[in-house]
Amino acid sequence: MTQARSEYQKPLPVMEGMTKEFYENCARGELCFQRCSGCQKLRHVPTLRCASCGSWDWQWWRSTGRGKLVTWTVVRRPMHEDFADDVPYAPAVIELDDGVRMVSWVIDCPPEELRPGMPVEVSFDDVTQEVSLPKFRRITS
Amino acid sequence: MNALQGQACIVGIGNTRYRRGTDGPVDSSLRIELEASEAAIADAGLRPSEIDGILPFFGLSLAEALAVNLGIADLRYQATSHVGGAGPGASLANAAMAVNAGLANHVLIPGGWYGYSGRRVRQIVVQDPNSMSGGVNARDFYFPYGLTAPVQWFSFIARWHMNEFGTQPEHLGAVAVAQRKHAQLNPNALMKDKPLSMEDYLASPMISDPYRLCDCSLEADGGAAFVVTTLERARDLQRKPVKLLGVAQGQPYPADDLVTRDDVFQLGQTSAAPRAFEMAGITPRDVDFAEIYDPFSFQVIQQLEEMGFCKRGEGGPFVEGGTIELGGELPVNTHGGLLSEAHILGMNHFIEAVSQLRGEAGERQVEGAEVGLVTGFGDFGDGTIAILGC
Repeated sequence: MTQARSEYQKPLPVMEGMTKEFYENCARGELCFQRCSGCQKLRHVPTLRCASCGSWDWQWWRSTGRGKLVTWTVVRRPMHEDFADDVPYAPAVIELDDGVRMVSWVIDCPPEELRPGMPVEVSFDDVTQEVSLPKFRRITS
Repeated sequence: MNALQGQACIVGIGNTRYRRGTDGPVDSSLRIELEASEAAIADAGLRPSEIDGILPFFGLSLAEALAVNLGIADLRYQATSHVGGAGPGASLANAAMAVNAGLANHVLIPGGWYGYSGRRVRQIVVQDPNSMSGGVNARDFYFPYGLTAPVQWFSFIARWHMNEFGTQPEHLGAVAVAQRKHAQLNPNALMKDKPLSMEDYLASPMISDPYRLCDCSLEADGGAAFVVTTLERARDLQRKPVKLLGVAQGQPYPADDLVTRDDVFQLGQTSAAPRAFEMAGITPRDVDFAEIYDPFSFQVIQQLEEMGFCKRGEGGPFVEGGTIELGGELPVNTHGGLLSEAHILGMNHFIEAVSQLRGEAGERQVEGAEVGLVTGFGDFGDGTIAILGC
């Protein structure tokens, strides 16, 4: 649930460099990863150089945004005051069909219904004017 | 044969009382590190001024501050490895190189903190992204999702293992219960006189599923230190030297992000273990006991697998049935570990291993212990293995 933008108090990414570009793409409704111009390999989190082929050239490449849940944790006791009202919540690792993995949340799904391999698709949460967090919904059909 | 094998040794150990709560200021670890260092230097039979190398723990007291207080006017060597809880093992390797190369004669490795009364790790990592490798990635790609604390990061890996191999909560519990048993024999353990049954374990509150309270290390106030020199110099000292037989460091890849690895169960130990065993000229079967850096219960199982004590996926059943308890095939964390003695940055694992190999571990002495293994584990899985022998 998007709160009123001015009230958003949770940690935010530092909007600099490639991180800024990643979240700017999200704000446009596009989940994009770096794709190496040399060997076409996708990568996340952002890095300067392709570790596979050594190329410094890359472009943002739009992901299908579809993938599956591979692991998660259910936070019962908050470790950070800004998330105290969210417990229980379940940070999760999503493996996109493109092969890239990322940390996110599965929204609209109670923690006890999470299952490994559960198909999900991206959904953007515009938490501030600048930052849109990619989150995931169950694909039920 | 590796040029370092058996050439360096630990000749002095020292530690403070481990506790939760202190009367003094907690913003600097200097006092507690000095107390432990004094004890280690005295145990070695050295004067503080004879220490000429200091390898400080990352983020704690600087070598200069320690040297000033210890009266070390001729500090010849200092270095710090930025690998979190793998720091003591990395420093042991560094110390062995330094003393054998003649860069220093007696190297002090200290570590201590107010991990309970001062800033907690979960606060440090959020407040200072440079406190650990991968901290910036965590800030930009984990924290916005409320994934802010080590217990949450590493519970991901535990569940991944459960999903993949069918590892059960009772397997995690077997680690916690075994180590708690050992702590009953350790006067300096925070959990002495607080035994834990499997029922107690399963009833302990869930923190970050699948991690319960009893899967977590005990943040504590305390310090420990040890002194390294060459085997030759050790002959003139008062204590029986404990030799460094093998040591290796390793990192998972990529080391600065926990979830994007091709091999999600890889640790520093995965590549370091074969190197350490080869250097020592032994196999896992020759190890009499293991002090395994245990931030959380599953990371003990994971390291046992990655070091080759059992196959990957079989660590859960391996830790059942008393295998890792005193009297079992491979006693693990004979002092209680970070889970039941205290979280003293893994320094306490070295103190315990040396005590065991000196035959001074009292009620928890491993009968006839000749070869002990100590691991370190830091940040997102940086790892060290040290194989010690008498």
